[in-house]
Amino acid sequence: MTGEFRMPSLGADMDEGKLVEWLVEPGDRVARGDLVAVVETSKAAVEVEVWEEGVVAELCVAPGTTVPVGTVLARLEPAGSEAAAGALAGEEPGVAAPPAARGEGPLASARPPAAGPAAAPSAPSEPAPSARAAAAAPREAAPPRPASAVAPPPAAQAPPSGVTGSEAPAEVAPAAPPAATAPSTSEVEAPAGPGRVRASPYARRRARELGVDLAGVRGTGSHGAIRAQDVEAAAPPPSPAAAAEARREAMREGMARAMARSKREIPHYYLGTQVDLGATLEWLEARNAERPLAERILPAALLLKAVAAAAAEVPEVNGFYRDGRFEPSDAVHLGVGISVRGGGLVAPALIDAGTKPLDALMADLRDLVARARKGSLRGREMSAPTLTVTNLGDQGVRAVFGVIYPPQVALVGVGKVEDRPWVVDGAVVVRPVVDLSLAADHRASDGHRGGRYLAAVAKKLQRPESL
Amino acid sequence: MNPDQIRAQVLEALSDVAPEADPSSLEGDVPFRDQLDIDSMDFLNFLIGVNQRVGVEIPEADYPKLETLDDLVGCLVAARAG
Repeated sequence: MTGEFRMPSLGADMDEGKLVEWLVEPGDRVARGDLVAVVETSKAAVEVEVWEEGVVAELCVAPGTTVPVGTVLARLEPAGSEAAAGALAGEEPGVAAPPAARGEGPLASARPPAAGPAAAPSAPSEPAPSARAAAAAPREAAPPRPASAVAPPPAAQAPPSGVTGSEAPAEVAPAAPPAATAPSTSEVEAPAGPGRVRASPYARRRARELGVDLAGVRGTGSHGAIRAQDVEAAAPPPSPAAAAEARREAMREGMARAMARSKREIPHYYLGTQVDLGATLEWLEARNAERPLAERILPAALLLKAVAAAAAEVPEVNGFYRDGRFEPSDAVHLGVGISVRGGGLVAPALIDAGTKPLDALMADLRDLVARARKGSLRGREMSAPTLTVTNLGDQGVRAVFGVIYPPQVALVGVGKVEDRPWVVDGAVVVRPVVDLSLAADHRASDGHRGGRYLAAVAKKLQRPESL
Repeated sequence: MNPDQIRAQVLEALSDVAPEADPSSLEGDVPFRDQLDIDSMDFLNFLIGVNQRVGVEIPEADYPKLETLDDLVGCLVAARAG
């Protein structure tokens, strides 16, 4: 439905996701492809894009909330509509206090603290419409969106980067100068009854989660109200090792569910072939000899290109099997199995791998691997793969018989490139040979078509200059 | 840069690609890949890091000669001297 930004499905096994952080706020104009939120699944924390243009009218789900896939996370008004103009001016009626059932103010930590001493940071809690109007108006005049200018705070990311909770507040502070100096009367916070510590609902929730006593926390909100980042700063930091282990555990569980589902539902068949990589490696060597380190292309990139390009010839290996039927995909978004240091595996997509020039593909691959290991993959990369490759050659494995990632219909396995005896023109010679395998869904293709696919890959690898 | 400094820079570049590795426990004459979990992408990034720190571009043809820390440092020392 237009005007609604919903929790996306970022993987075959994903039923729900946790909204970790908003990267936009009401009044922001968004374009297709803009990053608007950080969502955490069992496998990764992912930056999610919006696919509509418009103006953010209402953020419906608070950071820290886990919701089922498909839940409306935010509402957008089409840009240029009257309602959008209203949202920009802060008069949009939909922005009023959220339904009580949601529990927390929708803007909880979305609005970053304004850095100057004069600016009163917006303490997150149930906003009153008039307060929103007052807060939004001054912002319109000044450069907006410090939140979206800042990379998602490491606290929301996979701990392999080693960030602990206590570093989060510093990262969340915006790089942009303070914009809104909303009058402090517009700051809304939980009403402080007798004996009750002033703290936002989200701060209370974080305090419960982290086992922090609010009485001992110094609040940096207006009138000393405690904000979530104050709680996080006061909490004993989880050791990076413990946090990393928790993330790995979640990743293992996600993998286990996906693989079990795959073997339960997909009738796999397996084909293998051996490919002479002499032509490829020779061509690559000549090319790389003329290039500085940073521009060299790995054999793996060539293999990926060949695998992706060949899928155009045999569409039955590229696409999704859903709702009882196979949906071929026009584009080939190649999932690449990437091991995460310390354990774990993700397989995000190299978009348009079949048609991208080789240099660009190599650069994208390096970037993808780096971000996969840091835990900053994007939503589209997790949900886009139409075909996946697992390359275990560096581990010394000769041949791979893999498990398909549903709802994809095939998985290509690449083993180690080794010098082996080979017959050329009736004589035995030594050639660099690799075992290539195809695991495929028998509902979408059969051995004949699968065999043609592997043959197409092998053929492309004999003419690397055409890749 | 003297050989010890070069070695230190190499170990720093190695930590960038394999942060879990303990540089002091690395054996100089055993291949990197036998001691650490690094793949071809990591190795390329490692050499790029070494190049940035030590200023030596290593031709691809020489990769097979650089499987151990001692070999790599030796090659870098020679390259800078020559």
